[in-house]
Amino acid sequence: MTRWTPDPTFYPSPRDAASAPAEKLAYVAAFDRAAEQPDAIAVVDTDPGSETYGRVVGWTDLPHTGDELHHFGWNACSSALCPTAPHPHVERRYLIVPGLRSSRIYVIDTKDDPRAPRVVKEIPAQDLAAAGYSRPHTIHCGPDGIYVSALGNGTDGGGPGGIAVLDHTTFEVRGQWEADRGDQHLAYDFWWHLTRDVLVTSEWGTPDMIEDGIVPELLLGRKYGHRLHFWDLAKRTLVQSVDLGDQYQMTLELRPAHEPTKEYGFVGVVVSVEDLSASVWVWHRDGGEFQVTKVIDIPAEPAAAEDLPPALQPFGAVPPLVTDIDLSVDDKFLYVSCWGTGELKQYDVSDPFHPVEVGSVRLGGVVGRVAHPSFPDERLAGGPQMVEVSRDGKRVYVTNSLYGSWDDQFYPDGVGAWLAKIDVAGGGGLTVDPAFFPHGDDFRGRRVHQTRLQGGDASSDSYCFPSA
Amino acid sequence: MSWGQIAALAGLGAFHGLNPAMGWLFSVARGMQERSRGVLLRSLPPIALGHLASVAIVASVVSATESVVAGNVVGIVGGIVLVAFGLWRLLSERHFRWAGMRLSTSQLAGWSFLMSSAHGAGLMLLPVLAVGAAGGHADHAMPGTRLDGTPVAALEGLAAAGVHTLAMFAVMAALAIAVYQFVGVAILRRAWFNMDRLWAGVMVGTGALTIALTAS
Repeated sequence: MTRWTPDPTFYPSPRDAASAPAEKLAYVAAFDRAAEQPDAIAVVDTDPGSETYGRVVGWTDLPHTGDELHHFGWNACSSALCPTAPHPHVERRYLIVPGLRSSRIYVIDTKDDPRAPRVVKEIPAQDLAAAGYSRPHTIHCGPDGIYVSALGNGTDGGGPGGIAVLDHTTFEVRGQWEADRGDQHLAYDFWWHLTRDVLVTSEWGTPDMIEDGIVPELLLGRKYGHRLHFWDLAKRTLVQSVDLGDQYQMTLELRPAHEPTKEYGFVGVVVSVEDLSASVWVWHRDGGEFQVTKVIDIPAEPAAAEDLPPALQPFGAVPPLVTDIDLSVDDKFLYVSCWGTGELKQYDVSDPFHPVEVGSVRLGGVVGRVAHPSFPDERLAGGPQMVEVSRDGKRVYVTNSLYGSWDDQFYPDGVGAWLAKIDVAGGGGLTVDPAFFPHGDDFRGRRVHQTRLQGGDASSDSYCFPSA
Repeated sequence: MSWGQIAALAGLGAFHGLNPAMGWLFSVARGMQERSRGVLLRSLPPIALGHLASVAIVASVVSATESVVAGNVVGIVGGIVLVAFGLWRLLSERHFRWAGMRLSTSQLAGWSFLMSSAHGAGLMLLPVLAVGAAGGHADHAMPGTRLDGTPVAALEGLAAAGVHTLAMFAVMAALAIAVYQFVGVAILRRAWFNMDRLWAGVMVGTGALTIALTAS
């Protein structure tokens, strides 16, 4: 049923959203690598005034096993206020949760009891396959439906990957989004500049390139994705592709500026095969065309072979592996996860072409195994990976698993499971919150991936009205 | 048209102008995006034009049909259509789907036409047109005038749509300028009342009223 007044979590502009109240709960995707127990959505208390602060306070098991939960998103967000097709009286209440391995998509209702969300719908893999896709990944609430990116085609584990659209109301798969995909084949993340009618997509690999682990021959053969694609959001056609250079393997997370008058954004590149460095690039409109410019370079850290997993021993170094980035709602700070070296970096990107590093926190890491300050005796595996920023920009949440089979290669003695919270100082600077660290058995043997914050977060909402 | 009809048409026009989905909000967004009040102002005429086209088609058809069929048939059939459409709008949770915000002037008029049509904006004028005509027929329902009267009646429908759209334009422009210049869009979070539900309710009510008035 629709509301009489707009959902209070919808904000017309990024500045309005940055004044939102602090989140009380976080939802975390938790999956069983062995596929013996069902995957789950864990609910974590993020209210510092609560007695159960920093603890898992809710748990919703899914009805199947082997889904490999990964990314997920809300059914509706601030884009519902966009003026061409406004529907501000729908509720932000359902989490749209894809199984990256099973290709199932779950709809989970958080309204009745936010600490005990309920599975209310299950979209079978066949429905997504009918739209030509499998391995659903990113979810964004769009102006005319819910957009889902998918890594593979609907039949054989190959490409092309792309985007399917779900109905806003029934969540049925409406079909393939692309009217003309040109030579786009690889897919991963997507997001958009709504007021500019621009949709951007990035490239990882097709399911057969990733599901059994990273394939060294493919990596060194520069076969993983290294391009960005710019689409006409209204016409659904590919307009322009930009190749970053085939040494830049895996262009993953896309973080466009939230401010609707700005037309730039950031993309992280996992690794350069030339020197194992990672990088962050900015796309921007230059005249009519998009350009993509490297603005951050993060070098590999030398390490002794005996400290490295077999996959890395030939290189004698730990690659930073930038596997996620996140941009604060005010577009001021960019957070960069270095999953290999176990570091979360904070950059002031007020000038997007000249980022300034203003904060850093180390946790875990292939070699470092840096412990959480409250559990100094526990050497942590994994590193800051999925990073989520609160709407007011004051709190950052990081989980430590990348992707089941890849975890096993880089952290072969077990990646564990942890969710850390990091506090952000006003002008920049990061401090680990000692009171917040659900980990290990708190997650009941599952690994943890994306975190979504109640009411929205820095990577969930798009805005159609400028802040000033 | 009687003064009562003109007032009713204008009132409905004001009601349509008030609805953010009918276009004033889009004009504000366009103005904000380009940081230009001129862009906002230039967006209003095409939006009004699209609305006019949508309403005029229904009004002309209704008025022309009335001139050739028995006075109360249009009212009753139209009333039923209106009630059904209103109920569908009320019960369905589907919303207008549209991706794309960078529209040319003609695309903007097209958007407004589709938006108004999808909301059944023209249908809402039915009671005013049907009830007025039903009364009119009683005064001069002479055989022979009907056929000649068809184009004239359609013109009357156009005039009704014009009156309606003028009022819609005035309210839309006032709201757009007030929000852009003084209030700010943050007001939407509190003041954006669910027009769709109210809208559908008004449709059901006016449809029923039309049937009641013309059937008697």
